[in-house]
Amino acid sequence: MPVISYIDAVTLALKEEMKRDERVFVLGEDVGVRGGVFRTTAGLHEEFGEDRVLDTPLTESAIAGVAIGAAAYGMRPVAEMQFADFIMPAFNQIVSEAAKIRYRSNGTFSAPLVIRAPYGGGVHGALYHSQSVEKLFTGVPGLKIVMPSTPYDVKGLLKAAIRDEDPVLFFEHKRCYRLIKGEVPVEDYTLPIGKADVKREGTDVTVISYGLTLHFALQAAEELDKEGISVHVLDLRTLVPLDKEAILEATAKTGKVLVIHEDNQTGGFGGEVASVIAEEAFFELDAPIKRLCGPDVPAMPYSPPLEKEFMLNKEKVTTAIRELAAF
Amino acid sequence: MSEKRHGQLGLSDEQALSMYRYMLLARKIDERMWLLNRAGKIPFVISCQGQEAIQVGSTFALDREKDWLCPYYRDLGMVLVFGQNAKDQMLSAFAKAEEPNSGGRQMPGHYGDHRYRILTGSSPVTTQVLHAVGIAYAGKLEQKDHVVLTSCGEGSSNQGDFHEACNFAGVHNLPVIFLVENNQYAISVPISKQVAGGDIYKRADGYGFPGIKVDGNDPLAVYEAMKTAVERARNGEGPTLIEAVSYRLVPHSSDDDDRSYRTRDEVDEAKKKDSLVSYREYLIAQGLLTDDVEERMNKEVAQEVDEATEYAEQAPYPETSETYTHVYAE
Repeated sequence: MPVISYIDAVTLALKEEMKRDERVFVLGEDVGVRGGVFRTTAGLHEEFGEDRVLDTPLTESAIAGVAIGAAAYGMRPVAEMQFADFIMPAFNQIVSEAAKIRYRSNGTFSAPLVIRAPYGGGVHGALYHSQSVEKLFTGVPGLKIVMPSTPYDVKGLLKAAIRDEDPVLFFEHKRCYRLIKGEVPVEDYTLPIGKADVKREGTDVTVISYGLTLHFALQAAEELDKEGISVHVLDLRTLVPLDKEAILEATAKTGKVLVIHEDNQTGGFGGEVASVIAEEAFFELDAPIKRLCGPDVPAMPYSPPLEKEFMLNKEKVTTAIRELAAF
Repeated sequence: MSEKRHGQLGLSDEQALSMYRYMLLARKIDERMWLLNRAGKIPFVISCQGQEAIQVGSTFALDREKDWLCPYYRDLGMVLVFGQNAKDQMLSAFAKAEEPNSGGRQMPGHYGDHRYRILTGSSPVTTQVLHAVGIAYAGKLEQKDHVVLTSCGEGSSNQGDFHEACNFAGVHNLPVIFLVENNQYAISVPISKQVAGGDIYKRADGYGFPGIKVDGNDPLAVYEAMKTAVERARNGEGPTLIEAVSYRLVPHSSDDDDRSYRTRDEVDEAKKKDSLVSYREYLIAQGLLTDDVEERMNKEVAQEVDEATEYAEQAPYPETSETYTHVYAE
């Protein structure tokens, strides 16, 4: 099985789906001739032409709104927000329109589009090229939210998202793009949206995470293993729909849960995970549920020491797990 | 109005009369809804009154078998021409299960009907103009030749989505017609405080496609402008912006009181230009709307509205379990 990077898995999934289904087309800023500012759509313009790999004007609301109209008509658009930070002008289209079209039309219309957006920090992107925006959407029923951490999951979940009958926000951690590599089958496969994945089995502490911070958890688990602390790591992969069963199982494994995400703590998705555990697995717990998150400041600063302070890393995660193990 | 204008535009006598009938039906449905509202039977009304000529004149220029509508909440006349009927409107007013737009989920005026290619709409204004561009783009990809008509008010035309949609459609030369129904008020705010320069159609210059201003009280003038726009769109020549000027004859909605922001004299003056009055006079002058024809038409329309009201009032509400359906594909 070939080893490819996270970003190449994005490109591969897009390419395979565009080949499979003529209704699939890509639209966004610089996605065409340039192949995307991160190069996620590299080669697609040459292969599928400018109509199906559409360079749009610099208008995020239009990217979402045009994709919604095309999807409601019967196409399968994949819209790219160049950075998740710039999704805000499209917020109305996503929340008032895409999320509600099926419901408000009594099931007679739908909006089967995918909105891809690179998110997250650690790339010197400062306030407006580093944000995690998932919490702004997780409380909006009608949307599905996918946040993969590995190339294998990227390919399988992006293909599933494109084939899904409902609008999917597909958030790609941009630090993972070239940092994370892994085995990806050359053949066609999809992964179910709404299923978490145990990335490491353990018995002492359960870490629940997604995206880049999932990798910090795996690195920490490796190190803590030498100290005799066995860490169980659950990758949510999909925030909505949420795999509650997997969360409850992972909780029961150890009785100690640490939820980690880069999005800031207050209102962050960790609160929802903690609530599920508190409501449905309280008696499995041997310690309070802990959260390790980005700080409650408006966004990630530019200056390297400030960015480092904001970002989570292996050391911060290791410390948090060690503390919980000792409880 | 000059002699036989409808004939010169390629409209038969029957079509000219049919336009009037749709305008009348829209007006009568709307008036009945106000009565029902004031009688405490339905919670809300939002009106087409004063804009029937725009809505009917424009849709008559479309192909009702393949073109698409992305309308806004006043477009009762449009959806009637495209296939909805009085019963559909009354079911919506009473929020009954059988209501075709939303199964009773949305307020009246939030049209959407897959049977007739009317895209579902929302309350945040002008979002639909971008959807229209998307439907037009999908047609381009599939090499179809459908045209998309999208409409909004003059107040809504100030939203960013309006600009983004016009620009996008202009860049890609898409078969979209942007119809701004300028009824001169956005709730209480008059056009003078809404639109810099006073003219919306002139904005088309900046987008590189034609903009035209028409008398929105004249269904034939609207039809004529639309016909040209539809031909352009169908021939791959791109979008057109049409500003049709009329007047909102009633308050913004059943929850508004327009006496607080405009004089009765002003409203009375506008009523003299009401398209239902002027177009009726035209058809009488043409010898098309004879006493017999009119009497029969009035009777039929009244009966349609009566029967629709009675049916909708008796029709069942949605089951409470419907609250939870159609969130995701089932």
